[in-house]
Amino acid sequence: MLLSKLLIGLVRLLVGAMPRWIGTIPSPTQRIYFANHSSHIDTVALWSALPPELRARTRPVAAADYWGTGRFKRYVALKCLNAVLINRNKTEAGSNPLSPLFEALDRGDSLILFPEGTRQLQALPGNFKAGLFHLAERYPNVELIPVYLENLNRSMPKGAILPVPITCTVRFGTPLARIANEDKPTFLNRARDAVIGAAQ
Amino acid sequence: MSPQQKFYWLIGGIVALLVIASLIGWVLRRRATAENSIAVIDNLNARVNAWWSMVFIFSAAFIIGTTATIVMFAFISFFALREFITLTPTRAGDHRALSLAFFVIIPVQYWLISDRWYELFTIFIPVYGFLLLPSFSALAHDAENFLERTAKIQWGVMITIYCISHVPALLLLDIPGYTGQNALLLFYLILVVQLSDVLQYVFGKLFGKTKIAPVVSPSKTVEGFVGGAASATLIGAAMWWITPFTPLQSAGMAFIIVLMGFLGGLSLSAVKRSLGAKDWGTMIKGHGGMMDRMDSVSFAAPIFFHLTRYFFT
Repeated sequence: MLLSKLLIGLVRLLVGAMPRWIGTIPSPTQRIYFANHSSHIDTVALWSALPPELRARTRPVAAADYWGTGRFKRYVALKCLNAVLINRNKTEAGSNPLSPLFEALDRGDSLILFPEGTRQLQALPGNFKAGLFHLAERYPNVELIPVYLENLNRSMPKGAILPVPITCTVRFGTPLARIANEDKPTFLNRARDAVIGAAQ
Repeated sequence: MSPQQKFYWLIGGIVALLVIASLIGWVLRRRATAENSIAVIDNLNARVNAWWSMVFIFSAAFIIGTTATIVMFAFISFFALREFITLTPTRAGDHRALSLAFFVIIPVQYWLISDRWYELFTIFIPVYGFLLLPSFSALAHDAENFLERTAKIQWGVMITIYCISHVPALLLLDIPGYTGQNALLLFYLILVVQLSDVLQYVFGKLFGKTKIAPVVSPSKTVEGFVGGAASATLIGAAMWWITPFTPLQSAGMAFIIVLMGFLGGLSLSAVKRSLGAKDWGTMIKGHGGMMDRMDSVSFAAPIFFHLTRYFFT
């Protein structure tokens, strides 16, 4: 699709967003890529760093309150990125905010997830929200790939309108091992450490 | 010979050189057995392959015309500044100053060349850029390391935009008896600088023993510099027929280009090391980043521009 190619070209021109496969190699295995989140271009940067054949089956998880508002953003999110929109604010009782993600995973798609839930000012990730834990429990065979997005917080810090051209690297770390009966806080800390580990 | 014919002779010569280099690389690679010599030869071949692409892009821009050449150098400045800023520790408060540098200063500086507005071209960055960049940073209310941060941004802008823009600015010069051939002068500059780099590398690899500045640039040796500088100066002299110079003048100009190129390589290597890096980037396979190829050009271009303007216009 022309607009996707344009978007990828623009991201490469501005920030490079070249992949570095450190702990794993590109593979069509179903995966959840989870990364630190500091700028609006994170989603597109990680997505462009994937090889085209994987990109076609990998869907970014995007917040409905940002990507779902405005016709252009919504068009880019749904048509170009094939994003899964989720509601990160309060939802009605009884409905699970993760259910759109379950649907995507059931269909065999891979996901791109930012477990901090919101953009951070600093380079290293803050605390992770519980979503990743629930997905990991429900889909034990999906590979969990920690990803560190280097320099994107410098290129487009929170509050900036335009990204500044700074070379950013997308660093793919070692798949997160599964440990039986691990409790939620321990798992989330370990996942966060894995993202930090991919930074080195 | 018409300028056109001269240009095709030049391209033919460069292509012939690259064919020879590729053949040598291929033979060396087939013969090599030791692990570290294989690494050196693979890097050599990667460099030669990158040269093919660079020569292709360059010639294409030249053939398309002046505007394409100017736009190409604007992009070179863009990628060079991107590398410079990537290695420089900036803070969120510099965001607006950096946006100004990338999205305003680069287009304006190169537009001034295509508009042939020489007076503003020479002072736009040293005066307006110099004063406005820190003002933008100051408006962000962040005083931490303010002088260091602004000094680094200024330096990056001077080297990657101001200095590099002096290459296409050669198109502005009105040299009597040389009308319509300025593009050849541009080719001459780039050719002498790059050949000097390549020959210094080759002489250094073959005969290099005495290091010139081991801390700043471990690959530079006295033998490499003398051999490379002397042969590049001779080649420069032999290229007099594409310049407005006599053979002797051409040798002198080539020598100054070589010397400034050497100093540029050395100084920017020191900058790179003080920023904690070995290469500026990874854009050009085998060479490193854009700045690893443009470091010598950035020092040679303004001096060559000025001397040509002073003595020949």
